[in-house]
Amino acid sequence: MKFLAVCSSGLGSSFMVHMNIEKVLKELGVTGVDVDHADLGSVGPDSADVVFVGADLADSVGGLGDVVVLDSIIDKEELRTKVRETAVRKGITVPAGDAS
Amino acid sequence: MDGVLSVLLDVFRQPAIIVALISLVGLLLQRKAFSDVLKGTVRTLVGFLVLAAGAGVVVGALDPFGAMFQQAFDVQGVVPNNEAIVGQVLLDYGSAAALIFFFGFIVNVLLAATTTYKYIYLSGHVAFYMAAMIAVILGVAGFPVWGVVLWGSLLQGLVTTLSPAIVQPFMRKVTGSDDVALGHTGGAGIALSGLVATLTRSTKKPSRSTEDITFPKGLGFLRDTTVIVALSMAVIYVVVALFAGSAYIESELSDGQNYIVYVVMQAATFSAGVFIILAGVRVVLAEIVPAFKGISERLVKNAIPALDVPITFTFAPNAVLIGFLASFVGGIVGMSVMIFAGTAIIIPGVVAHFMTGAASGVIGNAVGGRRGAVLGAFANGVAITFLPLFLLPVLGDIGLSNSTFSDADYGVVGVLFGQISLAGGQTAVIVSILVSLVLVYVSSLVIRSRRNAAAAAASAAGSAATDGDVDASREDATSSAR
Repeated sequence: MKFLAVCSSGLGSSFMVHMNIEKVLKELGVTGVDVDHADLGSVGPDSADVVFVGADLADSVGGLGDVVVLDSIIDKEELRTKVRETAVRKGITVPAGDAS
Repeated sequence: MDGVLSVLLDVFRQPAIIVALISLVGLLLQRKAFSDVLKGTVRTLVGFLVLAAGAGVVVGALDPFGAMFQQAFDVQGVVPNNEAIVGQVLLDYGSAAALIFFFGFIVNVLLAATTTYKYIYLSGHVAFYMAAMIAVILGVAGFPVWGVVLWGSLLQGLVTTLSPAIVQPFMRKVTGSDDVALGHTGGAGIALSGLVATLTRSTKKPSRSTEDITFPKGLGFLRDTTVIVALSMAVIYVVVALFAGSAYIESELSDGQNYIVYVVMQAATFSAGVFIILAGVRVVLAEIVPAFKGISERLVKNAIPALDVPITFTFAPNAVLIGFLASFVGGIVGMSVMIFAGTAIIIPGVVAHFMTGAASGVIGNAVGGRRGAVLGAFANGVAITFLPLFLLPVLGDIGLSNSTFSDADYGVVGVLFGQISLAGGQTAVIVSILVSLVLVYVSSLVIRSRRNAAAAAASAAGSAATDGDVDASREDATSSAR
């Protein structure tokens, strides 16, 4: 299973979201998920199982398969909720899923 | 003994090895497993060489551009693009730049831990580019390598702490909180936008927000760096080629190939080079930035992460496009002035106008609505056109290349310290850096005592609180700020 954070340059904000996703997964006790970040130009439908983007890029990621749109990429609570939902949707065991 | 020493020197003259060592330290500090440490270190080494290879591609595509521009207009034509110029700088100043980047981060953490400026600069790529420019400025000033690294690291720490600080008053208006700051080398231009928006704000007839407008979609492709660099460079190359003439290009540069085909391919090659450089930067930073983040979270209480410009984009998507367009118009106005003045010509770099112009638009909108977004971003566009022009002469040989640093902070820091060095030599540079450090601490003390006075006044006015209650409420305040 692979989660991929994407922004236009693949340097700053996608990297931040990438690190925050890893943090959330760790807090939720989820294992076995690869997290990475990339730029918009180099992702394809096969790049990852789930792609995370900010709302400003939502129009540019059609055709990338399973896309999760973040309304605010600095909102940790939103990220936590959406990562948990995604993990559940993908059939991954979430040990701390009901806690938060 | 001399043999060993010279081998060691050869090793440390390799910037790729220095960067790999920094990565090694970062991975060890994170207590990663041996295999991860080995993997990360080697990846960083190779990533840096990828970056250097990309620099070669960019230079190969820029050389004919410079020749055509010279032939057509008889002045130097410069396309500001951070990746293009940093690739070239790192070939000569790579080791010093890597060390300034590393120690500059430590200075940033120390300043954040001991002053009221709690900003930790986590945009590794632009911090790396800033380190490269500082290495050039101090190198041109004639400092020995250890001096470049020592003073450069202090300067780098100052810049990365203060750049988010000057944007933060406006950032608070955008995000409505103090949890996150803006860490980008466009900081000075973006703060200028906030200032212009404040000055032009009308209390009688406030301008409405940009987000009330329904804006046409379809400009989303602007977000794809590879596409936008290739397209914008193709337009610029073709225009310059038309002025330079088919005869010149086909006889001197393209070896008989049709001149339009030739320049379009060169423009695409430029974008390919930037793509390679970005890939290299991404690999280099992948191992280092998480270590930086971990260290700062452990060492700095109430640290505020300073992040890249796209964090502002979701707050006002319309202002992003309005800001880009207004900034780009500012760039074209600036370029027109240069054409009439007969100086070197700074061609608006689309990536810089998009990134910093968009952020300027969002900031300007938060402060002064539509009018603020347009005027603020326009001011940023003018600034990032003239600052590179004044930056060229202080960059030594690097200033003669056909690209340069594009954002406002490079211009402000580079021009300031370049001129200080020209006027007063190395002593003046050292004194200025030390005075800046002292000023940071003095201003921090002033702000802290004002805050304490305000807090004391508030609690005195509140109720007849006992000493214990005051302490408790202050603790609450700090923990909720965290």
